[in-house]
Amino acid sequence: MADIAFLLLIFFLVTTTIETDAGLDRMLPPMEPPEDNVVIKQKNIFTVNINKNGQLLVEEELLDLKGLRKAAMDFLDNGGDGTCNYCKGARDESSSDNPTKAIISLKNDRETQYSTYITVQNELVGAYNELRNREAQRLFNRNFTEMEAEYLNPETPSRIREELKDKVKQIQDLFPQKLSEAQTSTN
Amino acid sequence: MAKFNKKKDGDLPAVSTASLPDIVFMLLFFFMTVTVMKDSSLMVDNILPNASEIKKLEKKDRVIYIYVGKPTSQYQKVFGTEPKIQLNDKFANVSEVGDYILQERAKKPQELQNVLTTALKVDKNANMGLISDIKQQLREVNALKINYTTFEGDAFRNLQ
Repeated sequence: MADIAFLLLIFFLVTTTIETDAGLDRMLPPMEPPEDNVVIKQKNIFTVNINKNGQLLVEEELLDLKGLRKAAMDFLDNGGDGTCNYCKGARDESSSDNPTKAIISLKNDRETQYSTYITVQNELVGAYNELRNREAQRLFNRNFTEMEAEYLNPETPSRIREELKDKVKQIQDLFPQKLSEAQTSTN
Repeated sequence: MAKFNKKKDGDLPAVSTASLPDIVFMLLFFFMTVTVMKDSSLMVDNILPNASEIKKLEKKDRVIYIYVGKPTSQYQKVFGTEPKIQLNDKFANVSEVGDYILQERAKKPQELQNVLTTALKVDKNANMGLISDIKQQLREVNALKINYTTFEGDAFRNLQ
C-alpha cells in the first residue's frame, strides 16, 4: 500500500509545480493618443526618473528609494487649491492641486534593472494604497486593499460583490491612480 | 522458572509501520491539492522579484504568460547569456510577441477575448530595455492589461 502511495507521490512531485500567481497589476496606455490636448500644470506632475545604476531622481532631486513612498504620499495628499476636503496634506501652493489632478510620471533607462523598477512601482502603488486605506477606514471602517481583494475574488457571493463595487469605486475616485510611463530614454 | 524470565534490556521492539500508508497518502493529497501540472518547462532563469502591494491573479484561463530571463546553463552555449524571451516552449524575438498574443487570444473563447491579462514573469536581473520593447509590442496588439508577476515579500530585498 505504502509503495503505491509513494509511487503516486513521486509522480506528482515531478510533474507539478507550485504556481506563483500574484503580482502588480498595471494598465498600458493605448496606442492612439487622446484627441484633445490637455494642458497639465507642472506642479501637478510628480516626476520619478530611474537611472541605470538604480538611483532615483524625484522632482529634480536625488532621493533614496526608502523615502519615495512618503514623498509620493505627500504629493498626492497635498490638496493645494483647497478643493479637496478629505486631504490631510500640507496644502502647499507649489505642489499638487487635488488628488484627482495629480499625476505621477515614471521614466526609466533601458539599462535599469527590472528588480529596481518593480521596487519603485511597488512603492508608488503602496503610496496610493495607503491613502486609499486611510479613506476606506474613515468611511467604511475597513481597509481598501482588503475590500478590493474580496471584490475581485470570484468566490465572493454576487450580492456582497455588488455592494462592494460601489464602495471600491468611491474610494478609487477619491485617489485615482494616475501613473504615466513615458518612453524609456536611451542615453 | 523460565516463565518469569524478564526480557533483556535494550531489545527494542520494531517501530510499527502500519500507519505509513496513511502518512504517505496524506502527503500525496497535499501535493495534489496545492500544485498544478506544468504547462511548459522553463528554459530561462526565472527568479521573480519581491513586492508587497500585490494582487492575486484570479481565473487561470484568462492569463497569457510571457517568460523573460537568462537562458539556463544547458541553453547558454547556443543562446548566450543575455536575457531572452520564452513563449510557450521556445525562445523568441521581441517582434514575435505581438503575433504570439494574437494567436493565444484567438484560442480563447469569444467572451474572454477582451478580458485577458498578460502575466510577465521576468527574472529580477533582466534589463528594462527588453521589458519596454515587450510593452510596446503589447500596446500594438491592444493587450493593455498586464501583471508583473512577483513573489510576496519586502520589495527592498530586491536591491541587495
